Amino acid sequence: MKNFAIETGEDGVALVTFDVPGRSMNTLTAEVLRELGEVVQTVRTDGAIKGAVIASGKQSGFCAGADLTELGGSLALGEDAGDAERAVLFETVYALNTLFRSLETCGKPLVAAIAGVALGGGFELALACHARVVADNPKIQLGLPESKVGLLPGAGGTQRLPRLVGAARALPLMLEGKSMSPQDALKLGVVHAVVPAGELLDAARALVGKTEPVAPWDRKDFRIPGGGPFTPATAQVFIMGNAMLRRQSFGNYPAQINLMRAVYEGLQVPIDAGLRIESRYFAKTLLTPQAKAMIRTLFLSMDQLGRGAARPKVEQTFAPKKVAVLGAGMMGAGIAYVQAMAGIPTVLIDVSQEAAEKGVGYTRKLLDKAVSRGTMAQDRAQAVLALITPSADYAQVEGSDLVVEAVFESRDLKAETTRRAEAYLAQDAIFGSNTSTLPITGLAEASKRPEKFIGIHFFSPVDRMGLVEIIMGERTSEETLACAVDYVMKIRKTPIVVNDSRGFYTSRCFGTFIQEGMELLTDGIAPAIIDNVGRATGMPRGPLEMHDDVALDLSLKIRQQTRRDMGDAFVPTASDPIIEKMVTELKRYGRKNGRGFYDYAEDGGKTLWPGLAELVPVTQADADAALVDEIRRRLLYRQAVEAARCMEEGVVTDARSADVGAILGWGFAPWTGGPISMIDGIGAVRFVAECDALAQRFGPRFTPPQSLRDMAASGRSFYASGVDGRKAA
Amino acid sequence: MADAYIYDAVRTPRGRGKKDGALHEITALSLATQVLEALRDRNTLDTGHLDDVVLGCVSPVGEQGADIARTAVLNADYAQTTAGVQINRFCASGLEACNMAAAKVMTGEAEMAIGGGVESMSRVPMGSDGGAWPLDPSSAFKTYFTPQGIGADLIATLHGFSRDDVDAYAVESQKRAATAWSENRFARSIVPVRDQLGLPILARDEHMRPDATMQSLGALNPSFAVPGEMAFDSVATQRYPQVERVRHVHHAGNSSGIVDGAAGVLFGTREAGEAMGLKPRARVRGMASIGSEPSIMLTGPSLVTEKLLGRLGMRVDDIDLYELNEAFASVVLRMMQALDIPHEKMNVNGGAIAMGHPLGATGAMILGTVLDELERSDKETALVTLCVGAGMGTATVIERV
Repeated sequence: MKNFAIETGEDGVALVTFDVPGRSMNTLTAEVLRELGEVVQTVRTDGAIKGAVIASGKQSGFCAGADLTELGGSLALGEDAGDAERAVLFETVYALNTLFRSLETCGKPLVAAIAGVALGGGFELALACHARVVADNPKIQLGLPESKVGLLPGAGGTQRLPRLVGAARALPLMLEGKSMSPQDALKLGVVHAVVPAGELLDAARALVGKTEPVAPWDRKDFRIPGGGPFTPATAQVFIMGNAMLRRQSFGNYPAQINLMRAVYEGLQVPIDAGLRIESRYFAKTLLTPQAKAMIRTLFLSMDQLGRGAARPKVEQTFAPKKVAVLGAGMMGAGIAYVQAMAGIPTVLIDVSQEAAEKGVGYTRKLLDKAVSRGTMAQDRAQAVLALITPSADYAQVEGSDLVVEAVFESRDLKAETTRRAEAYLAQDAIFGSNTSTLPITGLAEASKRPEKFIGIHFFSPVDRMGLVEIIMGERTSEETLACAVDYVMKIRKTPIVVNDSRGFYTSRCFGTFIQEGMELLTDGIAPAIIDNVGRATGMPRGPLEMHDDVALDLSLKIRQQTRRDMGDAFVPTASDPIIEKMVTELKRYGRKNGRGFYDYAEDGGKTLWPGLAELVPVTQADADAALVDEIRRRLLYRQAVEAARCMEEGVVTDARSADVGAILGWGFAPWTGGPISMIDGIGAVRFVAECDALAQRFGPRFTPPQSLRDMAASGRSFYASGVDGRKAA
Repeated sequence: MADAYIYDAVRTPRGRGKKDGALHEITALSLATQVLEALRDRNTLDTGHLDDVVLGCVSPVGEQGADIARTAVLNADYAQTTAGVQINRFCASGLEACNMAAAKVMTGEAEMAIGGGVESMSRVPMGSDGGAWPLDPSSAFKTYFTPQGIGADLIATLHGFSRDDVDAYAVESQKRAATAWSENRFARSIVPVRDQLGLPILARDEHMRPDATMQSLGALNPSFAVPGEMAFDSVATQRYPQVERVRHVHHAGNSSGIVDGAAGVLFGTREAGEAMGLKPRARVRGMASIGSEPSIMLTGPSLVTEKLLGRLGMRVDDIDLYELNEAFASVVLRMMQALDIPHEKMNVNGGAIAMGHPLGATGAMILGTVLDELERSDKETALVTLCVGAGMGTATVIERV
């Protein structure tokens, strides 16, 4: 065996050490599972073995679960799979349940000794043991996060966890995919003991002798904690649980519904039948386009981009020893915080010392919160804070490897800031401009060395948003790009790389969502319908409320700027005069002044502004299924068409970046796996046909780009056609 | 096909459906038995000619389980040859039981049959029988399940009924019920319930609040605001995206009361009645059921009414009296609005808001109520209908003979 070592002590306790060679973390590869079968066989048949402790040989943790990269074959089938294919798929996924069940029924006590992270299949392996001991380290994560990537637990988790702690406690853990600390798990009754790390193995060995080799659910007197689905208390759990799941998911996530089904149905039958039911729902979920798209984008692509998939092949790694942040407003303050957290000495410069210090206050506030919550030690917080030096003096830029300019979104101001900073900047240092809309090539004109000039677009609030959009100017060098990617990885964000264009990639596509909301409004559709359906698409908010959050006056400013920049090419829309009237005449700026499409109450509640109906008469007050479907498609397809245009124009050259950027950047419906995955999932042929139909009714904004038509004609897809391979920027 | 005639209709008074309600110490079987005994004894029935007893019951478990209709037939000492079947169409079970009994008579399956229902909500609480619909994620998701109260509030929101509108309807229902009782309008149907010793224990509907006013109702908190906020309002607005926010207007005072009770209606062919020397009181002109949108759940009455009137070639105006179960005030307001029915024709003697809604029995009770009223006010035709769980409606049109 390569992945397991068995060492039987004089006490008859076998120590089974799980250690996958050549990997930093244990995962359940096909080979691991095969060998685990041998382990079970040995423990069962070897007369010298009285019981076993299963522990990890890795510092990194116990086991991070299934190896999702190995799911490829199982993900190849779609919902059109026939009976024979479905039967094979079932056998494949059910094998895991059979294996873990053989552990549980091997007749000898098995104790899992967990010294580090145990997630997904790794946690399920522990659940299939008769007892679990965990090292007392609050950083250890235990849980079943499968639903976050479009799956459900498929190795007995949906059956064992609710039988252990009851449906009321197990369902939220699995539906939200939240992990538990060892102490949380102990309180919940999921683990039997939490001991100091150094005593883990001894404690586990000792527990072997005290453990009956029978799972609670295999005892005759077993009762599900809280009772089965048709006991009064648990009935309420399912009735409310179904509704709450719909409230949160809008029915867009088959994995979560199938998870609920597996628990509901599985708890009504013996464990063996429950495991079969789980495997059926797991296989059924694998067939869905959502699972495929979510695994690809939210797990594989996110992981690849996080490791620098977008980085050009430049040998030297960029490790900035000092970074100057120009502008200590909300963005600059947030950038300084993430830099300090990543250990980068930071100078935070603003027009006055006072303004700069106010920017540092942002970091202080976040650190204080972390300390008061107990998630950070006081001395560490002080060390982080000490990394940021506030100043009003541009001379402080000297010695920086990188400057991140985050001043107000004005061409002139940015140009002046660039000139002032470059006066102190070393020849080989990088200049990054944080802008969400201004083309980088234009901004680079103010620079003496445009090949070192690059766009680094952060999202607000910087400390919470995981994406950074890196923008190549016309003259930006590959070396500069590599530095920017390295920097973004260093501050633990996910970088995507795009080429220069108005609004780049994320702002440009996000803008179409807001704009389509305005089109729906001027089409006479009731505002409640627009935002309710908007939310139901899986976007974080409806387009009108989102517009309020962005701010209507900002929206007007951008339109006016665009009109000036584009001249005759500018296409006015029916909604332009509405926004203009709301901002200039009615002073309705959005959430920021409590008045926009909605009226905002002191308590945070909001109601649609009654005056809106006078401004834009409602001609469609009722919503039938066909209208809802059409609005849903308008809102999602409009963004996807724009993303496809960005791909055709080379604004974004990598489908993975387009998809990850959409979900992390502007909250594009995660169930789709991103706009490009959505097009692939629908199929280019059907998508083009539906867009043409929409274009005919609503205008050329829906007209698909030629490259999509070509794709439809040749039967290709984005991901299958190698488009995700980076083209020369 | 033969005509089905109604020969008699009886009901128990309705007891408050709580532990301190008068009928809480009377079994459901006893309630059903006393109804069957009354129908037999008032009409000197030869139950050897009574083919079947169909009883509605919505929570048919425990003492109401295992075919309470047949159990009651045996317990009431009916002829051994009289069959019995329990059916469940949720809130319309009692009317559906009558429709089935009438259908048996029409098709020749039965010469005489009883339709009715029983529900002791204090002894077998609502929901005791479980059921997959709201629990099973498959059906709950597909149908956007929300509790009835949310549906009632959604109807009020969609069709513009304010809190004052629904409260005013409830006050009127209480007034009408009080008037009806004070004028003995229910006298012909009411069979006082007797206790184990044979003494009367309840002779009058126990749930009524004739002193209810706009002020007293105004003090009550909406019942469904909390579950709505937790999740169900979102489910409702996902199904009805034209609704920005569900306005919660229903509470215990403008919704049907939880009560215990039973009822029965005697159907037969003209020949069978004549053979037993009975005089028919009304003829069943037609009956229908329909499915409606399940999430809002309670919009079936106007739809099934249109379906039935259409089939009978009748117009809304051709009906002299309407009886629609007062599940929630908005359900009745909506039907009057949708079909343009004047309040003077609707639930003239009050309804379930005042007197209560013993789920399985109500349909049969209000069929009897409207028959009594047709005779009292000397009118010809009446339509009885109820909204039904999971989105259905059931209706019956009768006319005097």
